[in-house]
Amino acid sequence: MIEFQSVTKRFPDGTVAVDDFSFTLPSRKTTVLVGSSGCGKTTLLRMINRMVEPTSGQILIDGVDVATQDKVKLRRGIGYVLQAAGLLPHRTVLNNVATVPILTGVPKSEARAQALGLLDTVGLDRALADRYPRQLSGGQQQRVGVARALASDPNILLMDEPFGAVDPIVRADLQLELNRLQRDLGKTIVFVTHDIDEAFTLADQVVIFKKGGVIAQSGTPAEILAQPADDFVASFIGADKGGRDLYLQQRPDDRGLTLVVDARGRPVGILDSDSHSDSDSDDDVAAGSALP
Amino acid sequence: MRWATGNFDLIAELTLNHVRLAIIPIIASFVLSIPLGWLANRSKVTRAIVITGGSLLYTIPSLPLFVILPLIIGTRVLDETNLIVALSIYGVAIMARSASDALSSVAGPTVDAADAIGFSPMSRFLRVELPLAGPVLLAGIRVVSVSTIALVSVGVIIGSANLGYLFQNGKQRGILEEVVVGIVISLLLALIFDLALVAIGRLAMPWNAGSGAGRRLWLRVPAPTPEPADARADTRSPA
Repeated sequence: MIEFQSVTKRFPDGTVAVDDFSFTLPSRKTTVLVGSSGCGKTTLLRMINRMVEPTSGQILIDGVDVATQDKVKLRRGIGYVLQAAGLLPHRTVLNNVATVPILTGVPKSEARAQALGLLDTVGLDRALADRYPRQLSGGQQQRVGVARALASDPNILLMDEPFGAVDPIVRADLQLELNRLQRDLGKTIVFVTHDIDEAFTLADQVVIFKKGGVIAQSGTPAEILAQPADDFVASFIGADKGGRDLYLQQRPDDRGLTLVVDARGRPVGILDSDSHSDSDSDDDVAAGSALP
Repeated sequence: MRWATGNFDLIAELTLNHVRLAIIPIIASFVLSIPLGWLANRSKVTRAIVITGGSLLYTIPSLPLFVILPLIIGTRVLDETNLIVALSIYGVAIMARSASDALSSVAGPTVDAADAIGFSPMSRFLRVELPLAGPVLLAGIRVVSVSTIALVSVGVIIGSANLGYLFQNGKQRGILEEVVVGIVISLLLALIFDLALVAIGRLAMPWNAGSGAGRRLWLRVPAPTPEPADARADTRSPA
């Protein structure tokens, strides 16, 4: 459990990134902080592993104030994935993944053996182990970044717009993969993005920010979609003017199939009347948004 | 070629001596410049001191330096140490700036990522910043190497036996061939040192192969970089 207690961050130039912010992030769930740039979401994330120190207030991990812990030790115990993966360009894929265990004193051979296993976990071919990061595609680099964050088997994973720099198809793959991993691993994930669809895809809990670290709304994706707290949220999630509403349509030539269309009449899928599963599959619209 | 064949032993001895006199200052300036480069990147003030100080050192003419050094470091006037120290000073003068540039050339996000995953400041410097500064450090030390090999010759005026002797002796005795031999061997030494440095760079920085930094002029070997695998070649990605 990560608790923010009245956290304020004022930068030296006078900008107030976060003002008196209090919030609790549940353990073993994915919490996505979402908002446009400058809303303080990245500052909040970076305060958890003390990359940014709060001006006032406290951040507690399982009841322990992070400010009382040694920075380096704290960071080694928290997985961190960032945009463009933040890999070390002079180390091979395998050595990148093994970095943190080796820093903490695990014998190199043991750390590398474990790193090979992690490549499997994140769906990377072991043949890539001896490549350097710049020899990989963006999507592969992100997977290496996730593997590296998992290497010390942390309870907490911080992810700072990790999929921001890859193309939409690869991003969708990575999101599904992260959901699969999270089902197996059950980490406490804090994920920062400005993409509301990414937030809804990944989150158990979504926190939507206005400027200055002010929470516009928090809740499960369904709660937010069903009842946007105000016009800001409605517009942010694209639900204003009925933009998120879906409609059923039966057209004469479709031989009894029921089409699902969005607010602009654009077909988004076929209603599957047999299935109401908890599948994560994207094309299964029946499990997605509430139908009016 | 008559002079050269007749004086082979002398040439070999002078060449070996020249190499020895060049290597020590090259290594010394590399080692000394790294903490100076680190210091230069701490603040504007330290940067001004290191960079301006370096430039000033380089403007000291070599003759007065040879005269002053024995007074400062307590060596005898004709001691070889004077030459080595003087050349190291010139080397550091060039290299300190390179080292400062090299260390600040390391990408900010990479340094930030190293912090975020838990490198301590010292291990971050030694294991992340220093290796990643390698390509720019290499460029700097290549300049120092060529310049040092040329400058060693000046040492002949304080009695050092190196290739400079061939210039001096050849000129005094009017043997053109002797002077030419000195020039050719100096050039060859500079070339060999440079190739050796590039080769060391290749070995020490395998991640850098083919990115251009270690590949100049005569070493235009095509780098065996594997094609970046396509994202779709990810065999395990979900269908």
